[in-house]
Amino acid sequence: MLAAPMPAALECRSISFARGGRPILSGFNLLLGTGEQALLLGPSGSGKTSLLNLAAGLLTPDSGVVLLDGEPMTASPAARDALRRRKVGIIFQTLRLISALSLRGNLELAARLAGQPTDGIDRLLEQLALAHRAEARPRALSQGEAQRAAIARALVARPALLLADEPTSALDDDNAARVAGLLTGLAANQGTALLVATHDSRLKAHIPRTIQLDQAAGAPA
Amino acid sequence: MIGLALAYLRDRALITAFNVLLIALGVTSLAVLLLVSTQVEQRFARDSAGIDLVVGAKGSPLQLILSSVYHMDVPTGNVPTASLDLLRADPGVARAIPLALGDSFRGARIVGTEPVFLQIHDARIAQGRVFAATGEALVGAEAARMTGLTLGRRFSGTHGTGDDGSAHDHFALTVVGILAPTGTVTDRLILTTVDSVWAMHGIDAPDTHATVPGHAADDHDHAEPKGAILDPRGGPAPDITAILVTYRNAMAAVRLPSAINRETALQSASPAAETARLLNLFGAALDGARLFAWLVAFTGLASVFVILLSIATARECDMALLRVMGASRAQAAGTVLLEGLIIAAAGILLGLAAAHALLGAGAALFPTLGAVGVTPALFHPGEFAIAAAVLGLGMLAALVPAIKVYATDLADTLARAT
Repeated sequence: MLAAPMPAALECRSISFARGGRPILSGFNLLLGTGEQALLLGPSGSGKTSLLNLAAGLLTPDSGVVLLDGEPMTASPAARDALRRRKVGIIFQTLRLISALSLRGNLELAARLAGQPTDGIDRLLEQLALAHRAEARPRALSQGEAQRAAIARALVARPALLLADEPTSALDDDNAARVAGLLTGLAANQGTALLVATHDSRLKAHIPRTIQLDQAAGAPA
Repeated sequence: MIGLALAYLRDRALITAFNVLLIALGVTSLAVLLLVSTQVEQRFARDSAGIDLVVGAKGSPLQLILSSVYHMDVPTGNVPTASLDLLRADPGVARAIPLALGDSFRGARIVGTEPVFLQIHDARIAQGRVFAATGEALVGAEAARMTGLTLGRRFSGTHGTGDDGSAHDHFALTVVGILAPTGTVTDRLILTTVDSVWAMHGIDAPDTHATVPGHAADDHDHAEPKGAILDPRGGPAPDITAILVTYRNAMAAVRLPSAINRETALQSASPAAETARLLNLFGAALDGARLFAWLVAFTGLASVFVILLSIATARECDMALLRVMGASRAQAAGTVLLEGLIIAAAGILLGLAAAHALLGAGAALFPTLGAVGVTPALFHPGEFAIAAAVLGLGMLAALVPAIKVYATDLADTLARAT
């Protein structure tokens, strides 16, 4: 008897998306397997961020379907919120943590919102070399620490899919290498699929699969 | 989300404290006005319960009530003891209680009366017994505390109601009993017989009641009573200060006051009518103060509105991140709403606590407040109404900023923020 095939962590089926009358994605298809990691490369305006937002349910495609872990993103905002809460972690370049909470407070909130236990927080902080900064406020963290903290915040919810938008662009080479290594390593450990939108070619050394978007309408090159 | 709302409040602790303080200031003012006005009103009602009419010397009817019922002002003058007999003989009078006022001991007023006085406020003996003979005194619970008088203690009263009167050293009273607290003016009084008061002033009790106005209860010197008519034995003639009357029937209420007021030397005053007049005078001032207190409370709530509205914009990125982390629109907006409610609730609690503390301090520092029944220990249902109104307004102040957060477009915000 054959086992049922594992659903893809992210599947985009012929999605089209336009903004202000300008087509950004047109009939775009993408399949990212469970635990798979890929880079989304392309120049500015090629639709990298839009694709991440569509995958996270922050935007709705004009046509086509986005499936997360086999479940389709519906048009209902509440249902999209719920699906994102259970399946997706997002890391941004600059928007990393809630300002009023300590690093530990951020991770606890993220875990609770995702319905995950909070007992793995200390271990995660140790893995990201942030244990000594657990009670620090976001404004007290360095750039590198803050980006590692953002990884922790996204991974503590144990998502099926981790989306990262320019996670290393603001970091120097040492920090970029460290963040990229931790990001890919921890995602692999958790079996979390990873899609990184970037124009930072340094990441190619860490993530072998690349998806190139062209400038015209987000078609994979 | 409560934890997050508290974290945001801690993050701007100074502004939060200012908001809370402003609301508390308004709540304190409102609660103090409510408590003082109702406690004074209730105290007046308790003190005058069972007294339908007060008969005393001509003068201000309000002064007669204040001095004879609430024991706050100086008496209007004296009336002949024969008036008491006349009133007791009237078929419309169920009870007539004489009062001989004008002396005090360490701030507690000495009242010459009859044991039936205890029935007015349903006073019970805590220690000892009721006064019976000349020179015996029964001390109210609060008066015992104020003066330090205990059973068996002998003391001499001083003339007048203040501490600066001349002492009646030639005649001492002995404490034969102490009353249990009644929550009325009786608590602050030292009760004795009418002839004890006369004895303190060097006046013998008459063989028969003489109609002698003369023992004025103001601060004059009794060694040389002005205008006193001499009794048949040649000494100053005794009189009383006022008579507390309880009607036997409704007809008496119609007939007696006018009949008494026709007497040239006497006047009658109704405690209910005079108290209502007094409270009406206070009422206008209280309304003005109440309006001002609401203005203070509104200022506090308006400051919450302004702060939360500016925060709703400044915190756009945090709210977007919260949504990305999986919070719903309602949860994100709820944090702002919670902040408004927490500030309002803290202001209410602080304000009510401060109001009661203020009343306690006021009653301790200013004996007059204690005398009119102001106490920090009593709660009024109106305090819950104030709390509910301020909490509702706090929620209203937070509603617009919360709606702004709720309506924020997540993708647009993220596009701007990242």
